[in-house]
Amino acid sequence: MADSAKPEAHAPNPDIDSYAHESELEAHLQTKSMVINMGPSHPATHGTVRLKVELDGETITKIDPEIGFLHRGFQKSCENVTWTQCLPYTDRLNYLSAMMNNFGFLNAVEKLIGLEIPERAQYIRVIGSELHRLTDHLTCVGATGLEMGGFAPFLYGMEARELIQDRVTELTGARLTTSFGRVGGINRDLPEGWIAKVHKTLTRTEELLVEMDGLLTRNRIFVDRTKDTGVITADDAIDYGWTGPALRACGVDYDIRKVRPYWVYERFDFDVPVGEHGDNYDRYLVRLEEMRQSIRILRQAMDTIPAGPIIVDDWRIALPPKPEVYGTIEGVMAHFKLVMEGIQVPPGEVYDSTEASNGELGWYLVSDGRGRPYKVHVRAPGFPVLAALPHIITGKMLPDLVPTFDTINMIGGEVEQ
Amino acid sequence: MSIFALDRVTAQFPEAVAERYVDRAGGAWAVIHADWLPKVAAFLKNDPELNFKLFGSADAVDRLHLAENDPRFEVVYFLYSLTRHEHVRLKVRVSESKAELPSLAPLYRGADWWERFVWDFYGIRFTGHPDLRRILLYEEFQGHPLRKDYALRDRQPLIPERPIKDIFRGPGTSGIA
Repeated sequence: MADSAKPEAHAPNPDIDSYAHESELEAHLQTKSMVINMGPSHPATHGTVRLKVELDGETITKIDPEIGFLHRGFQKSCENVTWTQCLPYTDRLNYLSAMMNNFGFLNAVEKLIGLEIPERAQYIRVIGSELHRLTDHLTCVGATGLEMGGFAPFLYGMEARELIQDRVTELTGARLTTSFGRVGGINRDLPEGWIAKVHKTLTRTEELLVEMDGLLTRNRIFVDRTKDTGVITADDAIDYGWTGPALRACGVDYDIRKVRPYWVYERFDFDVPVGEHGDNYDRYLVRLEEMRQSIRILRQAMDTIPAGPIIVDDWRIALPPKPEVYGTIEGVMAHFKLVMEGIQVPPGEVYDSTEASNGELGWYLVSDGRGRPYKVHVRAPGFPVLAALPHIITGKMLPDLVPTFDTINMIGGEVEQ
Repeated sequence: MSIFALDRVTAQFPEAVAERYVDRAGGAWAVIHADWLPKVAAFLKNDPELNFKLFGSADAVDRLHLAENDPRFEVVYFLYSLTRHEHVRLKVRVSESKAELPSLAPLYRGADWWERFVWDFYGIRFTGHPDLRRILLYEEFQGHPLRKDYALRDRQPLIPERPIKDIFRGPGTSGIA
């Protein structure tokens, strides 16, 4: 091994160094450094990301993530459509938790307009967001188990995810690309009997979480591969701009739902799980606990959801009710203007963020007052997290890359816009 | 929000701040002269009272079609303080002829990819950036697509696209109207 080529990040490992006397006797084999491509289409890369990995034996000496295979021109597209028409594009950012993107974007637009949405709409947004936080975390935890060789936890996760996905379908009409909510509130109310169904779904999800927990948390193979791998210190994570569960796993207590409560989050009693070591195992544990907390929030929200309107009564922002459209000239005109010209968001700018499943989902919106966004900047939580991957994994073993890539949960759709 | 931090910046570097204002949602902004950016950012990061250590994000705005469009670009930075729990919003104006400003990547490792993003999509260079390559697009790509004078439908496929009749991709008028 060429020691000079070794990066500094390779910290001395006491476990290996204590066997130094043994390595004296080993024949020193010359290895050539090798470059392998992981991806862009690899089962363990989930989305399409190409990792150019330089290996010395099994040690990663250099890694260069090449992203952009899913680039769809999100910002450019948004700049050419009305504010409401941006909504389907936001679905496709994080396709596992589309509602959180929808609501995050709408929240920023409402801030820009200076609009307060009805209380019931805020509750529905909390419910939708937490349901999708569950699906996102279930997929992440399930897939982590799968790639460590456990197929069962993945199937338990998928079962729970599909049940929640069914509830999401009943609520929004779509499994993944929900396009739910509108500027000023929500476009359709909770279906009849839906809350009771969600309660049952959550009970079943809790049972499945127990199964997943039991299969993974003390599983020797899983623990060996995730504990002390993919470690990042809190300072480094902050410097890279990490947020969300990945940052909390390093021991930093930062959850936007707590520090800057939006909608009605301050009314609910929930805890923010915080890790300690910043390794893959802690990221897994934080996600697992966050799911339980999401279930807590969901139960409280569904028990206390008030009756009332679900969208603001302002025809410059929300479509008028259908009887008005069909029966009155004012309704037709308002409907026509809103559909053809879009919402006239006043000129200005805003930066606003919500806590999405993987961290801070930030929006910087600029309006020139012409009915279309002038600029839509999205701070995808996965972007800084993926940016730190070379820092975490350089000098470590190739098999560590897979669990690390799983638990940082990079979502191609949002990272590559 | 973050008025305190910007007051501190103004007191520390009076000539660095070109403009201060508060946006519609109550967010406080400071427009910084490009040369001062690293000093201001270092102050925000390292001052124990401010502690803006988390690099939120960076992006740019092409002001070509706005009423006020000279200089053409605005680069925006969002930094976050985990002790004060607030964002600080910084802006640097960059002209088209000299689309260049000092990189924050040596200060914040998180700035690395965001600056690559800005270079990729707006063509603004960051001096002192360790590895300023395109990030989402490929190196053969011509131009910078988020500039307002880049046409929406100007496609540059690496592999020629098959012509598919009657299918128009993307937003806009499909070139018909």
